[in-house]
Amino acid sequence: MATEVALFVTCLVDQLAPEAGVAAVRLLEAAGCRVAFPEAQSCCGQPALNTGEPEAAAVLARHFVEVFEPYDAVVTPSGSCAAMVHHWYSRILDGEWAERAEAVAARTYELTSFLVDRLDAADRLAEAAPLDPAVTVTVHDACHGLRVLGLKSSARRLLEAAGATLVEMAEPEQCCGFGGTFAAKHGEISAPMADDKLAQAAATGADYLTACDSGCLLHLAGRRRRTGQGPEPVHVAELLGRALR
Amino acid sequence: MSVRPAEAAARLSLADRARRAIGDTDLQTALAKVTAALGAEGTAARTDPDMIEKRRRGAAIRREVLADLDGWLDRLQARLESIGVTVHRAAGPDEARRIVLDIARAEGVRLAVKSKSMATEEVHLNAALEADGVEVVETDLGEYIIQLAREMPSHIIAPAVHKTVPQVARLFTEAAGRELPSERGALCAFARERLRSKFLAADMGISGANFVTVDTGTIVLVTNEGNGRMCTSLPRVHVAVMPVEKVLPRFEDLGVLLPLLTRTATGQRLSTYVSMITGPRRPGEIDGPERLHVVFLDHNRRSLLGTPYEEMLCCVRCGACLNVCPVYRRIGGHAYDAVYSGPMGAVLTPLLSGGTEGRDLPDASSLCGACSEACPVGIPLADLLVRLRADLRTPGPAVPPAPPWPGHGPDGGAAPGSGPAPASGEPVGVAGDAPGRPSDSGPAARAARRLGFSAWARLWASPAGYRLSNAAVRRLGRLAPPAVVRRTPLVKGWGEGRDIPLPATRSFRQRLADRQKDGW
Repeated sequence: MATEVALFVTCLVDQLAPEAGVAAVRLLEAAGCRVAFPEAQSCCGQPALNTGEPEAAAVLARHFVEVFEPYDAVVTPSGSCAAMVHHWYSRILDGEWAERAEAVAARTYELTSFLVDRLDAADRLAEAAPLDPAVTVTVHDACHGLRVLGLKSSARRLLEAAGATLVEMAEPEQCCGFGGTFAAKHGEISAPMADDKLAQAAATGADYLTACDSGCLLHLAGRRRRTGQGPEPVHVAELLGRALR
Repeated sequence: MSVRPAEAAARLSLADRARRAIGDTDLQTALAKVTAALGAEGTAARTDPDMIEKRRRGAAIRREVLADLDGWLDRLQARLESIGVTVHRAAGPDEARRIVLDIARAEGVRLAVKSKSMATEEVHLNAALEADGVEVVETDLGEYIIQLAREMPSHIIAPAVHKTVPQVARLFTEAAGRELPSERGALCAFARERLRSKFLAADMGISGANFVTVDTGTIVLVTNEGNGRMCTSLPRVHVAVMPVEKVLPRFEDLGVLLPLLTRTATGQRLSTYVSMITGPRRPGEIDGPERLHVVFLDHNRRSLLGTPYEEMLCCVRCGACLNVCPVYRRIGGHAYDAVYSGPMGAVLTPLLSGGTEGRDLPDASSLCGACSEACPVGIPLADLLVRLRADLRTPGPAVPPAPPWPGHGPDGGAAPGSGPAPASGEPVGVAGDAPGRPSDSGPAARAARRLGFSAWARLWASPAGYRLSNAAVRRLGRLAPPAVVRRTPLVKGWGEGRDIPLPATRSFRQRLADRQKDGW
């Protein structure tokens, strides 16, 4: 029987990077899931929280809880948005809302972690989306997925199973400098941080710089277009999605 | 002569200070080297099973202290007094300076030697003593270097980390009055010789305190140069300035916290020197101070108790959060324009100052959480930075001040009429609102931001609002002249270093809807 999941595509992917969302749906379906897309969804509220507006963030947190409460599993192609739900919702909401948020958070997963840790679908997906071993990939451990959710191996497992050659950067866990509104507020610090990440990725000789967060990737791609340095930043889902037969 | 934090960079915004630091190639070289080295030590310390257990126990001991801080302070005071130590309580920097000045005057002090102490940096003690005619000599090598350079520490455990060897050679040459080679050994030899004469001639030794144990009344100092021991055993008077959270209940707690501090700070199992001072010189002893004073320094620390910021009082000043912080690693300590830098400084500065300093510092973080992960006592630094961004929206302190100790004035000031005016006033004014500082944190901008986010959240909590606003942005983005788009708030900052992403031709939703007809 197919597992039913609700996709929280995130506002960033919806508006700026839809290819990662399309790939997420195709991968979930290839892994045997039935994917629902609740139309009322919008944003997890993180931009407001990180700008110091927790009340505005709470409005969107309650909205998220209402929209996704009916589903048994919520999957999102962003470690950062999943971390927002897991770590912050119960802290910015009160009473009954905080309890409801905790319950939804317990069923909210980052995409690669859901595919690997929950569905154990890496080998199945490898058959459906084999990657050329000549393709070399380096993984950036996006901060909130890594440090809040403890994600480290799932993206690598999917890529490796699919046949890609993984090469590690010197500091894969170092922040890329995105940081939400930090990227816009302190561009003068954020851009050199992107340079550090792109330089490390370039030093690996990888064809692609991947991550499980479109925020990091948009920031890195924007910097790369300016400087011409480093491999192409691409979402893990998108890289695998391109190979789906 | 120490330089007040505000002097060097008062006219520059955080962004401008950051730009200047990023453009400084000497600084970038020094930062890359030291943060990589110290950061690797910290990471190694995190994965050692013994250290994992020490982190757990250390965090528990620190929280045990906070659960009854005033009680532990009372018990510590009683213990210290029972072994002949004079205890003073300073509500804030003004009172702390006055207390030390009074002691120096009463003792006829002309020369004071100092062991490295962030607490005395925090209260700007050197300038006050110098204004009163006391020669003050920093004896930690790094502190000595920056004292000669008239700068602030740029790292809490490696204060001169931003200096290169040739820069130090120039400073020492000037101090020596003769040419010194740009070579580490010769420069250290000069400092050793110069400082030795100061140790022997000093009337007063001034230190901080890494820990003070309640059951024994022992002041513990961690150093690698032995200068702390010289400062506290040779001069006839020793004054230790102890921020209130440095209390440890039991001497045996040092077995956990000392190695936790040193392993995390520098990778050492224990520092080269650990000085333990229990009371002044006793009859029959041949060294040690004749009189020993301990100054409990509050400076708004007690106001944090019972708030989420209380966690910050667990800090042992190891510097791990600086070494792993990608922002610190890029901009260094001076760009924070505060005594404490890095993530811990960005949290501590606005809290200790009661909101008069460092209000923009919580923004100097990508919230990556490397600091929280590195902290040996589990302070959720990134979470506290998020909270501060909200709690500093309105003017004034992030938390209400605590009731002062009996007989003490509020918020850092001495009780009225209780002593001479301080040699120099506290910096006043809200950093974000300082003149000449282009800032988006003025009252009007703050109100606009709040309204904007509130309206945005309500709009996006409705499916129609989300759809229509995105359609509007898409249309405006296409129609508006690029020069106008580039000036839009947030887009402007993004565009400083990156190309601006264009909305996708078809959003994910549209593609999903179209899929029903003819596939992706």
